[in-house]
Amino acid sequence: MASAVGAVGAAGHASTESGVWSWITTVDHKRIGILYGVSAILFFLLGGSEAFLIRMQLASADADLISSGVFSQLFTMHALTMVFLAIMPLGAAFFNFLIPLQIGARDVAFPRLNALSYWLFLFGAILLNSSFVFGGAPDAGWFAYANLTSSTYSPGDSMDYFTLGLLVLGISSLAAALNFVVTILNMRAPGMTLMRMPVFTWMALVVSFLLVFALPILTVGLIELLFWRFFDMPFFSAEFGGDPLLWQHIFWLFGHPEVYILILPAMGIVSEILPTFSRKPLFGYTAVVFAGVSIAFLGFAVWAHHMFTVGLGPVAIAAFSASTMLIAVPTGIKVFNWMGTIWGGSLDLRTPMLFAIGFIALFTIGGLSGVMHAAASSDAQQQDTYFIVAHIHYVLFGGAIVAVIGGIYYWFPKFSGHMYNETVGKINFWLMFLGMNLTFFPMHFLGLDGMPRRIYTYDANMGWDLWNGVATMGSLVLGLSFLIFIYNMVTSWLNGEPAEADPWDGRTLEWSIASPPPEYNFEEIPIVYDRDAWWAEKRGKVQHGVPVGGGSGEEEHSIHMPQPSYWPIVVSIGLIIASYGLVYNSGNFIVATIGLLVGIFGVYAWSFEPVNDPE
Amino acid sequence: MAQATADHGEHEATTTGLNHRKMLMWAFLGSDCMFFGSLIATYLVYKGRSLEGPLPIDVFSIPTTSVSTFVLLMSSMSMVLAYSALRRNRMKTFRVWLASTAIMGMTFLAFQVFEFRVFANHEVVVDCHAPIGELSIVELSVRNDKTVGCEATGHDEVEKQVGLTPKTNLFGSTFFTLTGFHGAHVTLGVIWLLTMFFLSFKKGMVTPERNLDLDLAALYWHFVDIVWIIIFTVVYLFGVFPGFA
Repeated sequence: MASAVGAVGAAGHASTESGVWSWITTVDHKRIGILYGVSAILFFLLGGSEAFLIRMQLASADADLISSGVFSQLFTMHALTMVFLAIMPLGAAFFNFLIPLQIGARDVAFPRLNALSYWLFLFGAILLNSSFVFGGAPDAGWFAYANLTSSTYSPGDSMDYFTLGLLVLGISSLAAALNFVVTILNMRAPGMTLMRMPVFTWMALVVSFLLVFALPILTVGLIELLFWRFFDMPFFSAEFGGDPLLWQHIFWLFGHPEVYILILPAMGIVSEILPTFSRKPLFGYTAVVFAGVSIAFLGFAVWAHHMFTVGLGPVAIAAFSASTMLIAVPTGIKVFNWMGTIWGGSLDLRTPMLFAIGFIALFTIGGLSGVMHAAASSDAQQQDTYFIVAHIHYVLFGGAIVAVIGGIYYWFPKFSGHMYNETVGKINFWLMFLGMNLTFFPMHFLGLDGMPRRIYTYDANMGWDLWNGVATMGSLVLGLSFLIFIYNMVTSWLNGEPAEADPWDGRTLEWSIASPPPEYNFEEIPIVYDRDAWWAEKRGKVQHGVPVGGGSGEEEHSIHMPQPSYWPIVVSIGLIIASYGLVYNSGNFIVATIGLLVGIFGVYAWSFEPVNDPE
Repeated sequence: MAQATADHGEHEATTTGLNHRKMLMWAFLGSDCMFFGSLIATYLVYKGRSLEGPLPIDVFSIPTTSVSTFVLLMSSMSMVLAYSALRRNRMKTFRVWLASTAIMGMTFLAFQVFEFRVFANHEVVVDCHAPIGELSIVELSVRNDKTVGCEATGHDEVEKQVGLTPKTNLFGSTFFTLTGFHGAHVTLGVIWLLTMFFLSFKKGMVTPERNLDLDLAALYWHFVDIVWIIIFTVVYLFGVFPGFA
């Protein structure tokens, strides 16, 4: 054991080093996970501030804090930021940090590709947000419906930032998804069959496949939008016989799977937290897994429920109504199995557990209003009102964000090596729970009362003041709970008590190694005999593992660590230069070409970079 | 046996037995299927909805495109032969077949450039006495043209250049986007193959033991070919044959 550690020290490379350069060139999945997490939290605060400005403007009737134009930019960028720059990368942060640990692997299958995903995400996010400085942010809604986005109705560069930003972010997500598909299918520890994988890893696999198949659809839509705007190709022009509705079909054919891309990682996190703190294995593991898979399949068959009021005709509406209602079945299976897990368990109501239980409650409310929208006749009343806003925030805030915050608390000891402050954590939860319901529940009433989405102000005679005021108060509470969250994270990371390897008596393999995990993760690749592998091992089912190097006897080759590389960031910089070139030089592609050449050079240099690690 | 070692020798064992890079390529091609699927879907949604010509029936020349299609399909065969030669360590044969594959790819691209140019300079000649029912949209518009049309000139036959560009109509937009992205895929493939060709002169870069590098390029190449078969059928053949057009 000791000699194995010594050998690693000798063979180990840069990620034990510190300093900015070591983070820029890192290919260590744990560091990339932390980079993803920290960046996503920062963007989350940005998106939260945008939401807060929106709430301030809407707090009372006839307010003039913000002009209508800026208001449109704010709600568009709020949604884009939360979806693409906060929730998705938070999921990616968990995938990066946890998947290799949960499946007993040294790293992901393609460490440098992983670094590329992160840098493209960061630069794409900066590209999208830099539009605020350079002449105005996108303001056509996050779904950017055609005609609003034409060069007639959106002159200027704002929609080009949208298109190119999302294209870059799409490449980033696609690279990450391909990487995780290979990692999960191909790098599992001996004995870890698919049906022994932790549910979080299962959901990561499902999400990765969703991304692999859904992102190219968005890519095609964005390319058509780009060509429409840049080269006057009449993709969505009615005067050429084109159909603006085609954009809606393409966007939602991506957009609905995207909803599950946002929520399934959260469901995976909750499926990890609940059994650990109930001291019971997950109830109905197989059902939960297959429910997740069928949600993903059905996700491709329900897109038109976002378009019930555009005039699809009765047959299409009936079919999409039915397929949408069908989604309630696997979702219900999950909710009941989570409750079955808690039932009869000896509950330990620590902070992560509170968040997980809060998730079930809030997500169920969002799920119920979701079924209401599935009934097309009812949806016709709710379309484009605050009722929809209430629904998406119950599933994406009450669902995704609450679960992700719970997950950060749950794995905080593992990635930081410190314990968080339990009391502050509980205050954090209760404030967030209160603030969330205060902010978003009144929106149900506002919506049913007819208040439309995306209006920058309303008349005092509409009678919407009261609940808007309450919602704005709620957003203050919500903001406070986030400040407490940040405070808890920062102070605990700096001064928290050192964490043990396994503070929660965890079930999965990440708890079998030190906190924080050593650079090489596992000294010995574990052999998996059971579903809750680490519980099984602690209860004496497993005696020994396999040395990582395969027992070749050559100590210094015991654990190959991937070398740091700066080519991923070079390729990303090239693509970003190309994107800025496209935005600024319409009809002149010099800058874009230079950027592309930098990218191509980076790819070649990357391919020929000597690697000690056979990918 | 020796070949089995060549397949697995250089890489560590994986859970599924499939090499990481090969699985990555398969997953990427799955994603690319959705990419081309969406482009083809857009083309089909807009098929027959262009308000003005030229339309597929006006511009497509099936014999010409059949030739380029044949060349591209043959390049898949030479790709297989190149791979087989590399595995048997016949480097000269390997280089010949690899170069032929790249050259056939470039031939296909040259055909595409030629075809795009012809479409962009498409000329319509209309018989002024033909029954109106037999004329296509674009022929009708030329015949009724206020300056060069039959009534304006009084000729028995009028002609006019009616080019097909991406801006002309929905057919132009969807057709050039779809085939353009396919052409970009072929271009990438040609660059990849040429890179491997030149690397093969450097010692130890392209060897029978490292045949996986070529295997991945080949997988990509065959995929791009298969996509073309679908495009040729759905866009070109269905575009001109009665009953589909």
